Amino acid sequence: MIRILPTDIFIFILAASGFTFLLLARRREYWRSAWQQVRSNPIAMLSLFVISIYAGIALLDSIHFEDKKTGTTLSLLDLTVVPLRQHVEKTYSAPFATHQYTKESIEVPNGKTVRIYPRLKYAATHLKQNDSKSRDIIIRITKGLIQGGISAIILTVIMLGIYDLFTKIFSGNAPDRSGRKRPSKKTVSNILKIAFAITIPLAILIHLAPYYHIFGTDKVGSDVFYRSIKSIRTGLVIGSVTTLIVIPFAIFFGVIAGYFGGIIDDIIQYIYSTLASIPSVLLIVSFMLLIELGESTGDTAWRADRRLLSLCIIMGITSWTGLCRLIRGETLKLRELEYVNAALSFGVSRLKILSRHIVPNLMHIVLISFILRFSGLVLAEAVLAYIGIGVDPSMESWGNMINTARLELAREPVVWWNLIAAFFFMFGLVLPANLFGDALRDALDPRLKT
Amino acid sequence: MIAYIIRRLIYAIPIIAGVNIIIFFLFFYVNSPDDMARKILGEKNITQEAIENWKKEHNYHFPLFINNQEKGISIISQTIFFKKSIGLFWFDFGKSDRNNIDIAYQIKRRIKPSLLIAIPTFILGIMVEIIFAMFLAYFRRTYLDYSGVILCVTMMSISALFYIIGGQYIFGKVLKLFPISGYDTGIQALKFVSLPVIIGIIAAIGGNVRFDRTIFLEEINKDYIRTARSKGLPEEIVLFKHCLKNALIPILTTVVMTIPFLFMGSLLMESFFAIPGLGSFTIDAIQAQDFAIVRSMVYLGSVLYIAGLILTDISYTIVDPRIRFE
Repeated sequence: MIRILPTDIFIFILAASGFTFLLLARRREYWRSAWQQVRSNPIAMLSLFVISIYAGIALLDSIHFEDKKTGTTLSLLDLTVVPLRQHVEKTYSAPFATHQYTKESIEVPNGKTVRIYPRLKYAATHLKQNDSKSRDIIIRITKGLIQGGISAIILTVIMLGIYDLFTKIFSGNAPDRSGRKRPSKKTVSNILKIAFAITIPLAILIHLAPYYHIFGTDKVGSDVFYRSIKSIRTGLVIGSVTTLIVIPFAIFFGVIAGYFGGIIDDIIQYIYSTLASIPSVLLIVSFMLLIELGESTGDTAWRADRRLLSLCIIMGITSWTGLCRLIRGETLKLRELEYVNAALSFGVSRLKILSRHIVPNLMHIVLISFILRFSGLVLAEAVLAYIGIGVDPSMESWGNMINTARLELAREPVVWWNLIAAFFFMFGLVLPANLFGDALRDALDPRLKT
Repeated sequence: MIAYIIRRLIYAIPIIAGVNIIIFFLFFYVNSPDDMARKILGEKNITQEAIENWKKEHNYHFPLFINNQEKGISIISQTIFFKKSIGLFWFDFGKSDRNNIDIAYQIKRRIKPSLLIAIPTFILGIMVEIIFAMFLAYFRRTYLDYSGVILCVTMMSISALFYIIGGQYIFGKVLKLFPISGYDTGIQALKFVSLPVIIGIIAAIGGNVRFDRTIFLEEINKDYIRTARSKGLPEEIVLFKHCLKNALIPILTTVVMTIPFLFMGSLLMESFFAIPGLGSFTIDAIQAQDFAIVRSMVYLGSVLYIAGLILTDISYTIVDPRIRFE
């Protein structure tokens, strides 16, 4: 039984609008040449690849099912990583550990109780008493490498087959059938690279993750690696849905302020400079405190998701001003250009000038700020979680992980893996987003350097 | 100049009024004082009587805008809007919701530790960033420059929380160079303040150095720099004298942008290092859901931000004489 949570809708709107945008942009020379420039930048392409993996996981995590038996809501991702989700230990255990991190009193057969580090229930259960753990891990990694490599090659062959099939179909009626393009060497090596980059980590994970807790377990014993990948969706929703909600408003107000000027401009400028005067954290805080006052209905998943959505909307309200100001400035500039004047003197209506000549020429600003704001929003989520006004505590997010990790660093012995896992997953998203955003900005509009 | 400053101050008035109205709508209109009372008293089956009592104690029992039960000027003055919002204009913050603390007194007491962190972070931060950016600009288009830029992007991709937690753990707990947290008055404060200041600077350095570097590189390609070079001036003089002066103008523009983040930065910093400043005051109030304090802090934060904006505009005119006082 498929269940649709509020943010799921937005994620699919985002995916759909991204797709439509790609289709429309393909036809324009401006976007095509920008894409050519981005494509020639290996760092940008690598970043795009990493971002797409994150996005893929988030999409998997956005298709929810209702589990009738237990009454919980699960996502497609939960169903693919069942062992990770169900391998819940009692409490903390270190990465790749076989024993618990804390001592426990256990009754031994002769009636006495001893304090020992108990064996973990789900980690390394296949190992015998005196098997070497590190040897087992190395064997598993090698297995993963080999299988990943083999499947990468198989995948490439399949991809090339599909490529061939497509060219066959599309050039089927062409008079010159022998001149059909064979995939160039570069295409083959690129497909091979991507295939390797996907299959090898995946194969290693398949061999390791179900048998060990590769990032350890947290206080209640759930797998930290599982929590980290579940957090991807939260981070991506905060980073993208927030801006998605804002874009229509920012374009609307920015364009009418810039195009019509006069009193409309004054009013809109007044509104956004007033909103911008309130420090955004405090504005978010006051909104969130007030939302908490409202009655909450629905089950845990629903409530948590609604809170995530309201967080996005609130962060949107506090952050649309920057984009609005940029768009207003650009509209002011575009308004004076010859082609707009020409359209005006031809008697084209204002609405048409706005929709055909002004708004399409603002799209690069929208796209650039969408990507450049993304990383800032993902980072802000962590700060808000720390202040206690972030996403629901029951929802997995890097902010919540860091927040709990803070206390874990103060205890003896230190529990560090929660923090490190959150750090790597967050860094792995924010750094590519920054790099890709920079490359895209340079390609689309070099003047907009931050 | 004075006329310009006065005009700038007059422009700020409608903005401050707007902020005040937004705060009023958020805290009293969107959610009634009844909701607040329920939250503060914290019981599920609370009687209406208890709510009324609480509201009376904290002066929330008046109508929002117009009090029909009063006569004359009291029609307007005996209202929540007048009592709670108008007073903010002259910083009459009233008492807190939880323990009846005098908010204005707390702010007065806590502003010094806050400034002790915020101002050094701000000024030293700008200095360090400009020095690094000039260093990168001096070695432009070398591997040193490129690796510096990569380092900057990497550093700005790390959450401020990691800098704080990591810095506190390494410098405070492992190396024991600084006390982990706490605060003291007088010269002793230096000991407690230095670690937050250092971490604050490091956390902001990545993005700002990269930005300043771009500005310097833009400035370096201008005609007057070419003239200076062709006169035979050494590169150092060109960079540190001619270029720096002109690059300061766009750099100052972004300094404004960092003022509200300064508030946010010290919010975290103070709470992590247990420094009794405005930031930790705010966070405690948020966690205790004390609406009166949060409301006051939102207003104060906005006023500080607007003041920062005005200060920057004034400093523009000092740095760049071309800007006329229009």
